[in-house]
Amino acid sequence: MTALDLDEVGFVVRGQGLEKRYGRKRVLRGVSFALPRGGFLVVTGANGAGKTTLLRLVAGLAAPTRGVLKVTGDRRDLGFVGHEPLVYHELTALENLELFGRLYRVADRRERSGMLLERFGLWDVRSDRVSSYSRGMVQRLALCRALLHDPALLVLDEPFTALDENGAGVLDAELASVAGERTIMLSTHDPARIATLATDRLVLA
Amino acid sequence: MSSLTLYASDVAALMRKDLRLELRARDTLPAMLLFVLSTLVVFHFALPTGTSDDAAYGLLWIAIVFTALLGLARAWAPEREGGALDGLVLAPCDRSAIWLGKTLAVFVFLTAAELVALPAFALFFAPVDLVAIAGVVLASVGICAVGSLLAAMAAASRGREVILPLLFLPLAIPLIVGGVGAGISPQGATYLSFLALYDLIFAILAWATFEYVITE
Amino acid sequence: MSSRNNLPVLAFATTALLGIAVVLALLVAPEDVDQGVSQRIFYFHVPIALTAYLCFGLGAWKALRLLSVGGERRDLESYTWIHQGTIFGALTLITGSIWAKASWGVWWSWGSNQLVLFLVLFLFYCAYFMLRFSVDEGARRERICAVYALFGVALIPVSFFAIRLASDFIHPTVFTREGPQMTGTMFGSFLVCWAGITLLAYVMYRIELVGKRTDANLRELREALS
Repeated sequence: MTALDLDEVGFVVRGQGLEKRYGRKRVLRGVSFALPRGGFLVVTGANGAGKTTLLRLVAGLAAPTRGVLKVTGDRRDLGFVGHEPLVYHELTALENLELFGRLYRVADRRERSGMLLERFGLWDVRSDRVSSYSRGMVQRLALCRALLHDPALLVLDEPFTALDENGAGVLDAELASVAGERTIMLSTHDPARIATLATDRLVLA
Repeated sequence: MSSLTLYASDVAALMRKDLRLELRARDTLPAMLLFVLSTLVVFHFALPTGTSDDAAYGLLWIAIVFTALLGLARAWAPEREGGALDGLVLAPCDRSAIWLGKTLAVFVFLTAAELVALPAFALFFAPVDLVAIAGVVLASVGICAVGSLLAAMAAASRGREVILPLLFLPLAIPLIVGGVGAGISPQGATYLSFLALYDLIFAILAWATFEYVITE
Repeated sequence: MSSRNNLPVLAFATTALLGIAVVLALLVAPEDVDQGVSQRIFYFHVPIALTAYLCFGLGAWKALRLLSVGGERRDLESYTWIHQGTIFGALTLITGSIWAKASWGVWWSWGSNQLVLFLVLFLFYCAYFMLRFSVDEGARRERICAVYALFGVALIPVSFFAIRLASDFIHPTVFTREGPQMTGTMFGSFLVCWAGITLLAYVMYRIELVGKRTDANLRELREALS
């Protein structure tokens, strides 16, 4: 195994020879990559290639069976959007963001919640329960939740899913505004969309 | 803010969240209340005449344990629905705070059910003294502490709710012994101390190991 | 690993030791004045019980190591120890039941604290297997099983005290049984039996572990080839 200098300063996420097995099933095999600070890594691959698993590894929701993975920073510096919205269905958007804002120690959580909800077009439904939202609205709330604590590293698993033109546009703008300052790792089926922002690409077989 | 204050605030926020969710959905708590009441009525028909008060008191504990199981089976349901458990695991808060918040919320629900069960038992069967009530409170602590951790384990299994009673009942046996003993034995204090010991050992164990149950 | 070589030797030693133990227990040791022939099963029942405790303890130790250090190896080891413990626990219940029948004429007595304790533990560890087989394989399952194993070992003393307390009001102990007052020969026989059965558990553990590891290696090979 060629030795990447994993302690090199300036890299936020480094993986080498990553493998993930769930008992008999092997989902990832020998994945290596490096994501520098301010970088924008796009992960593509067919369904079942392991994009979701890889992003979950980086987020810390799973541990690799083999290989080395180093992520700079702790949970406070990480924002994650997965296949599930990671919110409470029977709470309102405001209540969800209030709870997660508190858990993430966001100092001005009320202001930031309001700002994000407005930016993603959820201000009018902020006091409605998430169970009443459409799929696209739920996705937008998930994005709000991920951005609430202004994380240094964003790990987004197919964030454009279920978003309509409007929502996708907001996300485009958001990504464009933070690219360069924040480090982003994102998986998508439509790499052309963020081709201009991407600094690197990882294709999973 | 000191880390202890932060921890307490996390636990409080998580507990409040569960109480709020239950107040909205109103599915678990009414079911528990009705279940415990129905069970006590069933016991009247199941017990032959001349059954001692002591035997009836033993059945009260069956009612309490199975009512608790009813509540515990749904304890982690809100976290499962939206994948919120992952959200909590990702947060910087201590994972044991997740367990503690949930345990406290389940304790509130169980206590509410017992506030119905004990007067009903006193009405239908036999009076309940202070030592017995103390036994109920202490045992409930153990039930909730162990139960919420086991419920999280069960949530990860394919069997879901079916496996929770299997995991829980052996661990509940000492609690039942303690609770029944506190109610009917002249040396009630011994049983109360035993319950306190159980609570201490298993609450600490649950607090320390919860992290490993919900992470990979 | 050199230990891979000593397994046949150990197996042979176990068989020999157990053979001697059987002879000692059934023929050599003097018959107990009070209980007669039935007392002889004590030579097996108590060591089997002690071995079960040991297996559960080792299972919990491996579980603790798994949580602190990690590794699939420890998961298999913990699981195998607990499996052995459950087997010996079942044997404890069976031999205890036989002894109860021989001594008191009943197949079961709630007054026998040891027996009741093993019943509770048996239920607990059966649930361990149900849990293990209902969670999908992976790191999560390893940790959940490890935590449950730790709860088991904490349950042993707590249950013991609970059952002692319970015998106050559930069933006053109708049949009391003290451990036999052991003469030198009896004690010697007991020790030999204990050693033999402990060694048996260890050998069975090793054999089962080899089987499981081979399975795992085979699976990995298949994976690598596909």
